[in-house]
Amino acid sequence: MDHITAPRPRVALFVTCLVDFHRPSVGFAAIKLLEAAGCDVEVPRAQTCCGQPAYNSGDRATAAAMARGLLEAFGGYDYVVVPSGSCAGMIREHMPHLFDDDPNTKARAEALASRTYELVSFLTDVRGQIAVQAAYVGTAVYHDSCAGLRELGIKTQPRDLLASVAGLKMVEMKEPEMCCGFGGTFCVKYPDISVRMVSDKTADIVASGADILLAGDMGCLLNMAGRLSREGSAIKVRHVAEILAGMAGATPAIGEPTP
Amino acid sequence: MLATSPAFKENAAHALADPSLQKALHRTRPQNPAKRAAAVAALPEFEQLRDIGRDIKNHTLANLDFYLETWETNVLKSGGHVHWASTADDARTAVLEICRKAGARTVTKGKSMISEELAINDHLEKHGIEPIETDLGEYILQIRKEPPSHIIGPAFHLNREDWEESFRKVHTHLPADRVFAERKDIMTEARELLRSKFLAADVGITGANFLIAETGSSVIVTNEGNGDLTQTLPRVHIVLASIEKVVPTLEDATSLLRLLARSATGQDFSVYTTFSTGGRRAGDLDGPEEYHVVVVDNGRSAMVGTEFQDMLRCIRCAACMNHCPVYQTVGGHAYGWVYPGPMGSVLTPSLIGVDKAGHLPNASTFCGKCESVCPVKIPLPKMMRHWREREFERHLSPQSVRTNLSLWAFVAQRPALYRLATRIGAKALSLLGRGRGRLASVPFAGGWTGGRDLPVPEGETFFARYARLERSKRS
Repeated sequence: MDHITAPRPRVALFVTCLVDFHRPSVGFAAIKLLEAAGCDVEVPRAQTCCGQPAYNSGDRATAAAMARGLLEAFGGYDYVVVPSGSCAGMIREHMPHLFDDDPNTKARAEALASRTYELVSFLTDVRGQIAVQAAYVGTAVYHDSCAGLRELGIKTQPRDLLASVAGLKMVEMKEPEMCCGFGGTFCVKYPDISVRMVSDKTADIVASGADILLAGDMGCLLNMAGRLSREGSAIKVRHVAEILAGMAGATPAIGEPTP
Repeated sequence: MLATSPAFKENAAHALADPSLQKALHRTRPQNPAKRAAAVAALPEFEQLRDIGRDIKNHTLANLDFYLETWETNVLKSGGHVHWASTADDARTAVLEICRKAGARTVTKGKSMISEELAINDHLEKHGIEPIETDLGEYILQIRKEPPSHIIGPAFHLNREDWEESFRKVHTHLPADRVFAERKDIMTEARELLRSKFLAADVGITGANFLIAETGSSVIVTNEGNGDLTQTLPRVHIVLASIEKVVPTLEDATSLLRLLARSATGQDFSVYTTFSTGGRRAGDLDGPEEYHVVVVDNGRSAMVGTEFQDMLRCIRCAACMNHCPVYQTVGGHAYGWVYPGPMGSVLTPSLIGVDKAGHLPNASTFCGKCESVCPVKIPLPKMMRHWREREFERHLSPQSVRTNLSLWAFVAQRPALYRLATRIGAKALSLLGRGRGRLASVPFAGGWTGGRDLPVPEGETFFARYARLERSKRS
């Protein structure tokens, strides 16, 4: 990427509701990574949530109303970047279909979908980034979140960038693509099943020998961190952006006590 | 079959607490996906074949009446009989009628999920006819009076000790001190017992993997050969098939067969693939004198033209349940009716009503693994979501969910209010956490904290911190 002649794209950050509420550090890590990748980053004020809680509960009308809000908030940018495969997948793969009977809005939704990317894959696939300037001493294992993996094809991108983090050793789980059992409202609608699924997941994480677990979606991270914590595990849990941005020192890991 | 789907949650809790079931699930869980993956890797055109499979089924469903009529014409031409059954009741009546006309006392059966759907065994028994399951898995389930837990491995939920125990209990004429050293010994015992049953049966009932319109043939695949003995030895052969089993040509059937075994068991082809066209003709060395097909609708035609039509592409390979993390955690019985796993979560509400089967399309994380392995690319998560939409429209979803959702929707559509609510919420939770980083219990969040801690938010929301930083930059 020729940073001298190429114009800096205007990128809108879609913070996502879980990052906003739970882990703002991920949003700031995303801004840092995007600026380092030569983007002008803005954070539209009118954003809230991608609408998945309504969409996946069968409430299409509310999902469509939320989607209209997103169309307003994110119009006019070169790209919309999201530190979540699940929310990016919602915009890219699902949102346009909410307007199948409304061609004008559908066209706008499709335009937004085509400009929307998950953070890490945006850095590699759109900005052509192959390495980051960051260091973290530890052994990390990466969990492939379902929506990122199967809707957006995110598999090698985070691993490629993590390979460039100084001091970081990467290991793999036996079943890195196995769902962690979060599933949005599933985790509270069917808690027994969800907890068994995440327990199978944490067993796989522990067996990998890693001392830090990374993923690109806060939902999965909170679920896995919550279970690891309940099991008394010392494995740290962080969003992949925190490590790539070299910001792990700024905040305790997810669920870790404040020093 | 009586549905226990409304009690899915209780069924699942029971399954999670059943050590024998969990042992069986942990045994099969890694095996089936690994076998499929190896078979798929060995066939470079597999992905292309999935498109072809989808297209064949889509074309057939778009012209279902034409292909069913063509198929019927060709069955009749080959000397067979066709019985159309709109409902399960019609189908049961047709089967009983044929059995009675044949003067049947015993009926052998190949593995057939549609026969489970119709509860044929109960019906025959009630009328004094003895059905005998000849698929090894179905045979033990008949002994144990259990329904299948999987559509191709009906007894996947059992362990070897369960088999031994049941065989010893029922086969009392055999020496009590006989040794079952390996799986083969179980198979040998069943095979020897079944041999006389095959020879004595008056009627043989099989399912069908495909019906072929251009020839009027039915196709079954098995790995045990029991289907062939069931359909060739008795005087009368009854095929039970649902309407969506029809495909236009032999060529189409073979394309789908290339997908079926690879997706199901990781075999290139099943051990036995048998085509039946009519009964025994003059000069034939074997085969039944009469060949009947009972074609069952039982709710399927109502799916045509709806958002659930794609479900009728299903070729019953079970790849979706073999790869489903929920199925692999609770097993098939928890789903409470004939068809478990993702395909069942879409099909069951169509056939018994979403009011009874509403849990099934909800008990999914939408991980998408099922769709990614489906040989005919059925968008299973999408259709489960459609069921949730129907439930929502009909006010079948729980009131607590609806209330929370509408409260959340009200706030989330008002960014300023949303900012305020999240700022207060994040702060409150972080104060509750008092620097411990996590909470072991939170009021009204027992669903989460029953088996997990709740990581505590950082305290200041992103937008609050962002606004603060922007202000300090300006000043």
